[in-house]
Amino acid sequence: MGQGMAQIAVYTVVLIGLGYPLGLYMASVYTAPRFGGRWLAAVERGFYRLVGTDPDNEQDWKSYAKTVLVFSIFFFVVLYAIQRLQAHLFLNPNHDKGVPAHLALNTAASFITNTNWQYYGGESTMSYFTQMAGLALQQFVSAGVGMAVLAAVIRGIARRSAGTLGNFWVDLYRSLVYIFLPLSLILGVVLLSQGDPQTFGATVSAHTLEGAVQQIARGPVALMLAIKQLGTNGGGFYNSNSSVPFENPNGITNFLEVLAILLIPAGQVFMFGKMVLAKRHAAMVLASMVVLFLVGVAIAFPAEQHGSQVLRSSGVNITHSSLQSGGNMNDKEVRFGIADTALWATATTDASNGSVDGGHDALTAFGGMVPILNMFFGEVVFGGVGSGLYGMFFYIVIAVFIAGLMVGRTPEWLGKKIEAREIKYAAVGALFVPTMVLTLTAISIATKLGLASIFNPAAHGFSETLYAYTSQSNNNGSAFAGFGLTNFSAELGAVALFLGRFVPLLSALALGGALGKKKIVPASAGTFRTDGPTFAILLVGVILLTAGLMVFPALTLGPIVEGLTH
Amino acid sequence: MLRDLRASVVAGVIFTAVLGLAVPALFTGFAQLAFTSQANGSLITRNGVVVGSRLAAQAFTKPRYFHERPSATSPPYNAAATTFSNLGPTNPALAKAVQQNARAVLKLEGPYNPGLTIHQIPVDAVTTSGSGIDPDISLAYAQLQAHRVAAVRHLPLSTVQKLVSENTDGRSLGFFGESGVNVLELNLALDKLGGS
Repeated sequence: MGQGMAQIAVYTVVLIGLGYPLGLYMASVYTAPRFGGRWLAAVERGFYRLVGTDPDNEQDWKSYAKTVLVFSIFFFVVLYAIQRLQAHLFLNPNHDKGVPAHLALNTAASFITNTNWQYYGGESTMSYFTQMAGLALQQFVSAGVGMAVLAAVIRGIARRSAGTLGNFWVDLYRSLVYIFLPLSLILGVVLLSQGDPQTFGATVSAHTLEGAVQQIARGPVALMLAIKQLGTNGGGFYNSNSSVPFENPNGITNFLEVLAILLIPAGQVFMFGKMVLAKRHAAMVLASMVVLFLVGVAIAFPAEQHGSQVLRSSGVNITHSSLQSGGNMNDKEVRFGIADTALWATATTDASNGSVDGGHDALTAFGGMVPILNMFFGEVVFGGVGSGLYGMFFYIVIAVFIAGLMVGRTPEWLGKKIEAREIKYAAVGALFVPTMVLTLTAISIATKLGLASIFNPAAHGFSETLYAYTSQSNNNGSAFAGFGLTNFSAELGAVALFLGRFVPLLSALALGGALGKKKIVPASAGTFRTDGPTFAILLVGVILLTAGLMVFPALTLGPIVEGLTH
Repeated sequence: MLRDLRASVVAGVIFTAVLGLAVPALFTGFAQLAFTSQANGSLITRNGVVVGSRLAAQAFTKPRYFHERPSATSPPYNAAATTFSNLGPTNPALAKAVQQNARAVLKLEGPYNPGLTIHQIPVDAVTTSGSGIDPDISLAYAQLQAHRVAAVRHLPLSTVQKLVSENTDGRSLGFFGESGVNVLELNLALDKLGGS
């Protein structure tokens, strides 16, 4: 356990240490009138000319939202078409057939919403063209959309008496070209050097030592892996995601990949602090995230090391020693062991990443409850790129409002009065998705069509369903992967994916728009301070009380009953 | 609306051409030049024939070889269709699978490890891996199997144990991840050594 805890401690320190400079850099990306040297600026201007936008022409929140929606729906149609037609397109050396309609629908919705829920096995379903120019492209673009929206919302918070939030095309272009592309190239080269393939060559037939033939899938993996991790996407080239050695060959790649999950999400908190000139407030937001993150690991790691009842009573040796990591090794890899898999399961659901380096369906009852809780919070613990922090803004507004009620003053946040309109947007943003999760889970559990997806018996089958709709509604993408594809689950999932992405996104933009129009009121003796530990405690409390209480009854039917009866 | 659509189409074409095709193609070209072996799947050839990848487990059933962890893929160790077992922690099917795997290990290793009971079988020997092609086994499982392999190949135990430690991948940088023994590389080293 000691070595595992040391790894987790180093992880946390490196995450914050790298997140800080990255956050300052990202703040300059979104605020500098001209970014980069003359050459880069010229390319950027060329892009705006082709797209037909004047970068100085800013949009109000409605116009910004409209552009986001049109752009996303356009790519939804394109991605659906690519999957259906892949047999007739190029870069298909393994002769993959067109993707069936329901699966293509769910997958297109999944990738344009930065979710990457996968009802398919990548290496056996998707052509290289689909993986690269369809899915991995969306891993760049949907992440860029998230960051753009966050930048716009932050401008609304920072500005006073302003009608506009920024230009979507500028924010998108800069996210992609100055943040995601360079970071992906760096991480991609490292992963490549460690063993992630990057080839257009077809699947190989190997002649094994015992004379059998083994098929080994390859493809353009390394670069996709980098953006998959950095853009809180999570959709792997291979079915078993980052537990496959070709995606994640060793301990160092595992560390870098799990670091990449939370790197930009941690950086965006510093970026927020810089852009609104409230570093101490941002530090308190970050502190509450770190607390929730560590609590998650502190539950998941010992739960997995303790092992499942089946393994404990089987009599086999699950004790940790210098010769084995022991614990619940079912669906886990030897080179990662328990600590790294528990850390990953926590981080990937704190953010909206959803990649895995071990099977989540096989997690112990309480080890598997942590991801469900993290996702149900709305993935605000560091969170998805863009979406994580704007999701946290909803909770901050609610926290400030509750504090205002307690002291009997008009609540304020960073000098802006929080009034009925802002509370409405924050309430919709914070409560819509959890409500939808419970509704869709109930529908799935109450219908024969929904029950058909369940793989494991008893309480765990309920957990699979709860996990599926929590994951898709919160745009996570990880799964209790026994949960199966049916036409019904594909369609219900697509609803969850779309509404789960765009209702909070629109609420955030509306909130940013409303805050942008406000004047800044000077802080008075009655102002509730949002830059001290009291605020951080209140914020954690609000998250636990709103989302936590909503999901608790459902958890009792799934992981809790499973954990207590065995 | 139409303005947004036109802009989306143009941006979509540009992004697809650059981020979806040009960048990955250039990256692939770079990969093929700079990291040829890794870029093509870390394949291992013997006498000019591809025998596997150092990053993928393959099926070993003969007693003269070290065996891999159980695999949930179909067929087992299918490196073109990876999968978890997805068996939940309380699923009776998991209990059954673990018992079956444990009995098989006892039957195979028992004769070479006198007094072997289920309590000495390491957990990775009876559980499926995440990928179904986990190339590693734990040191504990390798040491258990070393007795059989040495006996069947008529090699001194110390020779086999030395090969095991030579093919053990420690933690990355001595710190990250866990140690494991690469089974394919170990078996290749054994074959190279000869022995009947």
